[in-house]
Amino acid sequence: MSFIKKSASQMAEALANGDITSVELTNQHLSRIEEVDGKVKAFLHIDKEGALAQAKTTDDRRKKGESLAPLAGVPLALKDVLTQKGVPTTCGSKILEGWRPPYDSTVVTNLKKNGVVILGKTNMDEFAMGSSTENSAYGPTHNPWDLTRIPGGSGGGSAAALAAFEAPLAIGTDTGGSIRQPAAVTGTVGVKPTYGGVSRYGLVAFSSSLDQAGPCARNVLDTALLHEAIAGYDEKDSTSINAPVPNVVEAAKKLDVKGLRIGVIKELNGEGFQAGVRNRFKEALDLLANAGAQIVEVSCPNFEYGLAAYYLIAPSECSSNLARFDSMRYGLRIGDDGTNSAEEVMNLTREAGFGPEVKRRIILGTYALSSGYYDAYYGSAQKVRTLIKRDFENAFKKADVLVSPTAPTTAFKLGEKVDDPVAMYLNDIATIPVNLAGLGSMSLPSGIAEEDGLPVGFQITSPVMQDDLLYQVGGTLEAALLAKWGEPLLSKVSL
Amino acid sequence: MSNISRDEVAKLAKLARIEMTPDELDHLSTQLAQILDSVARVSEVATEDIKPTSHAIEMKNVFRKDQVKLSLTQSEALSGAPAQEDGRFRVPQILGEAE
Repeated sequence: MSFIKKSASQMAEALANGDITSVELTNQHLSRIEEVDGKVKAFLHIDKEGALAQAKTTDDRRKKGESLAPLAGVPLALKDVLTQKGVPTTCGSKILEGWRPPYDSTVVTNLKKNGVVILGKTNMDEFAMGSSTENSAYGPTHNPWDLTRIPGGSGGGSAAALAAFEAPLAIGTDTGGSIRQPAAVTGTVGVKPTYGGVSRYGLVAFSSSLDQAGPCARNVLDTALLHEAIAGYDEKDSTSINAPVPNVVEAAKKLDVKGLRIGVIKELNGEGFQAGVRNRFKEALDLLANAGAQIVEVSCPNFEYGLAAYYLIAPSECSSNLARFDSMRYGLRIGDDGTNSAEEVMNLTREAGFGPEVKRRIILGTYALSSGYYDAYYGSAQKVRTLIKRDFENAFKKADVLVSPTAPTTAFKLGEKVDDPVAMYLNDIATIPVNLAGLGSMSLPSGIAEEDGLPVGFQITSPVMQDDLLYQVGGTLEAALLAKWGEPLLSKVSL
Repeated sequence: MSNISRDEVAKLAKLARIEMTPDELDHLSTQLAQILDSVARVSEVATEDIKPTSHAIEMKNVFRKDQVKLSLTQSEALSGAPAQEDGRFRVPQILGEAE
């Protein structure tokens, strides 16, 4: 019997009951990847041997009657921006082609502790810079809903792997929406935890004050189980929050929002967004109101400056972070022929190793940080960050969680916005303010846009370290939507 | 319309240690001008009285005990080296001959 279309929780239950072994389950997913990934291209690397070895270890432990973590033996797809010892980690860049890190990221350590089976590494925009996965040096990933369309980005590979039933669980990272926007356009669930909620150790840095790894899955409960497995304090990350992980699994099972105040952000209420996106958003609000939530309106007037602030802060931090790719200790080296100096080798390596978007952002960041421009650009952007944080604080006085559509449109066509960076950046308009304020945020599917038949995402945002509220509201909305649809949205995907 | 000259982009590329072709410099100066136009609006609201935020969540510096712990072995640390010699990273010449 094939288990690939089951949820991670169902797989976990079947494993616990002895209906299937982890080796069998892993093999089913490896076969599925072989069958469809030539079309979807979600994976950059498949670690067949490592996955089967992990599966076997879990099976052996189970046979011995050892007590195992809830997700033990369940397969997962890992975004290629997190290090896994001995397994190629490219960040979607030529500059790291062939690099096998000598250490595990803390996320991977936690996954291994939980017995989760890592199938392989998923495609992404180079160094997580992009909203369509088209900036990968290894070619784009295709949206399983329509192979001519983008799967979102930067974590398009992880989201597409879920929607194509290549894995029931995936890890993403979210700097300005890279977990949530791909989730929205593929009809899957993704959570950006509170900044500091999941360790960044071994997450190759793009913009350190914004980067956050998080869980992705096909439903809210599975996402919560994965969240619980990877979250928690880590002394290897100086920005890790030393506090208990919110009880996200219990929250996902609550299915009750009576009395909760749900704030609709006036500035992101869907006006100007694609009609189908707006319609599904309004219907979801009605469902939450029917479930007993109180819908209120809040205003965040400074959000309109969020995109501008983000596209100064993130490139500035990236221009500094990516200085480490200097061809000296690991990665690509070009022009080392005895005639070029170290500096010339660096210049040639970075020219050959970085793609256009990465170069664009490094140069933009170098500009924004240079003397004479620092105050006007970077300094002002940091002040906007203060204003956005204040907007959120005021909004949370009136509401327990805030909601909006996740992205202004459904998945657009591959190639449509590739050479128009400003148009591409607009995809992140609803997701970026959350990163600037370090909050927790979820995207879950709210239906199909009538005009194009593609999935639409609903975004929920919680105050710092109240990520459980995301799951409480998301779980309740998901149950109401399922009752309406009769089957999960992803049953419509045919591959 | 912001203006960023080709020479300015060339200078930035040099600072960022990225060799660029004349075509790349041309293309990038046009695109950077567009991007700068759209991001320059941050200065509209960034008044004197607002304190900048570098990290959304306030935190203080973290110290650890100065204890010897297991770390990468020499061969692990060198495992990704583009070139190595005698257990060390081998890098291209840093100083000119006269220096």
